[in-house]
Amino acid sequence: MSVLVNKDTKIVVQGITGSAGSFHSRQCIAYGTQIVAGATPNRGGQKFEAEDKSGKKVEVPVFNTVAEAVKETGATVSCIFVPPLGAADAILEAIDAGCELVIPITEGIPVMDMIRVRRKLEGSNVRMVGPNCPGVITPDECKLGIMPGHIHLKGDIGVVSRSGTLTYEAVGQLTALGLGQSTAIGIGGDPVGGMDFIDCLKLFNDDPDTRAVMMMGEIGGSAEESAAAWIKENMKKPVAAFIAGTTAPPGKRMGHAGAIISGGKGTAADKIAALEAAGVKVAPSPAEMGTTLKSLL
Amino acid sequence: MKIHEYQGKQVFAKYGIPIPKGIPAFSVDEASAAAKKLIDETKNDVVVVKAQIHAGGRGKGGGVKVAKGLDAAKETAGKIFGMQLVTHQTGPEGQKVQRLYIEQGLDIKRELYLGLVVDRATRRIAVMASTEGGVEIEKVAEETPEKILTEFVDPLIGLGAYQARKLAYGLNIGEGTPEPKKTVKQFVKILMSLAELFEKEDCSLCEVNPLVVTGAGDVVALDSKINFDSNAEPRHPNWKELQDKAEEDPVEIEAKAAGLSYVSLDGSIGCLVNGAGLAMSTMDIIKYYGGEPANFLDVGGGATKEQVTKAFKMILSSDKVKGIFVNIFGGIMKCDVIAEGVVAATKELGLKVPLVVRLAGTNVDEGKKILKDSGLKIEPADSMADGAKKIVELAKA
Repeated sequence: MSVLVNKDTKIVVQGITGSAGSFHSRQCIAYGTQIVAGATPNRGGQKFEAEDKSGKKVEVPVFNTVAEAVKETGATVSCIFVPPLGAADAILEAIDAGCELVIPITEGIPVMDMIRVRRKLEGSNVRMVGPNCPGVITPDECKLGIMPGHIHLKGDIGVVSRSGTLTYEAVGQLTALGLGQSTAIGIGGDPVGGMDFIDCLKLFNDDPDTRAVMMMGEIGGSAEESAAAWIKENMKKPVAAFIAGTTAPPGKRMGHAGAIISGGKGTAADKIAALEAAGVKVAPSPAEMGTTLKSLL
Repeated sequence: MKIHEYQGKQVFAKYGIPIPKGIPAFSVDEASAAAKKLIDETKNDVVVVKAQIHAGGRGKGGGVKVAKGLDAAKETAGKIFGMQLVTHQTGPEGQKVQRLYIEQGLDIKRELYLGLVVDRATRRIAVMASTEGGVEIEKVAEETPEKILTEFVDPLIGLGAYQARKLAYGLNIGEGTPEPKKTVKQFVKILMSLAELFEKEDCSLCEVNPLVVTGAGDVVALDSKINFDSNAEPRHPNWKELQDKAEEDPVEIEAKAAGLSYVSLDGSIGCLVNGAGLAMSTMDIIKYYGGEPANFLDVGGGATKEQVTKAFKMILSSDKVKGIFVNIFGGIMKCDVIAEGVVAATKELGLKVPLVVRLAGTNVDEGKKILKDSGLKIEPADSMADGAKKIVELAKA
């Protein structure tokens, strides 16, 4: 079992004909992911060629609109590789087309656009992971995004993180210790995004096949503090964490748009203290994420 | 992206927000001429000389002074222009004042605070108002949070006039003014314009501290602080003209132009990493093992060999760097591309400090081979911890 995506998940990729979209769609298909449609305006009727897990050629139909793609193929999830200024529109299109889960990978979407998207999501059942994220992977079943598939191992550790490569580092450590992952979710590094830590922790808490959770946070905002409060009240499974940015100076944006300490708020020290107070074991260094989680089992 | 007070006020003016009369000046002579013009126009010999730097806390640092009469204005401008202005936001070295703003003096009765920010918890624009104007709002938030009133903007509807009125009455803005109704009306109009401006101009922060009420009961934006959301830069071509490169770290500007994300730090160990989270973690682990990072550098997910070369050169050309740690977990980023860039930069500039390289993920074997075949003195590392320990040791030697 897993959360969000599995071997049966049918996916439409928006921006499948672009350079990032086509490269990563091919990687996902080769991993075994069921990408059943592509959507790019003015490219309807084209076929997107790729090779599946067994090396067999597949042709993915491309549609002008997501609505058509959903209607013709039954796709329920959209993964978005559309450039920043068009990405919010692409997300809205996926929501309107009836997708249950939307995963915008795009980095650099203006925050005002995401505020509008969030408003659109209010009161709906549609889930969004990202933007500015690596995506979601359920090992051996469905890789949806830009993460390297081969470092993952099927198992029962849920992973959730605001950072891409730091997730790979954590997953790499877990796999090396023989600890496989149920699902790994990259929630992204933007100040306004979709699912937050609590949304993901809830899913893992309810997933019978997730035994423990590894979460990676970073400076900026208060999502980790909110998660800590939620964990203290609700979480039935052990949680290990790491918070990046102990050495980050205040007032500077550290790569991610959301990774900034402003007005003395959002420091790593505050987040670590909140998590520890909630019973979460925080890794003292990023090299000890895997071993910290293992110590809880 | 930050802009100066006088530029922010030009944006305010565009949206009909009342500001005092003022003229920017790029020399003491220009400042003097500006003061003369203002005194003549307003028939009031009080002007304010304001240092234009991006950091806050200018008044406390001695960068904002009231002058009475033209001679005093010129003398004050002479003192402030060119000074190293130190505020709680500049760091101890301060920031050189190269621009001034000369503004008419006003009859100020009350100083208030207005601030609009993106609230991450509610995912909306938060409009904050406080009676504690003219001071550090962080301090107010810390010590007397009840003095900050907040309303949230529905992105589909915009700020409601009723919300602005709620804040107006909450601040008791009409109190003691000749015509309270007029003052409330002006305040509401300003707030509505600010909310519109924030959205249309893609701000990430917009502060008026202080917003003042004059003796005549008029509401005026005495200060402005606007930060733009850098992600929205492509749809605002005019931002280029607003940029003041003298206010930014030249290395950070260079990095940005090359599509890299770089922040200078005070330590001695240079880092080159892919991904923001891993880059921060690499700084953290260097510190954990007793070293100090010299920079944050994220080459991103899809860097080319040229970008990596550029990034590595930036680290190599810094005098403070006593050792370099390259930490890569290749996902989209391929290890061989990193290796090629490192080798190319080193061949061009030479390598005078120890270099530790940790490669993992996509094309790791190809990357390791390129480094090995280069004949460069590179210390390989098996893991993040191994690499961090090694570079801290080597940089000490």
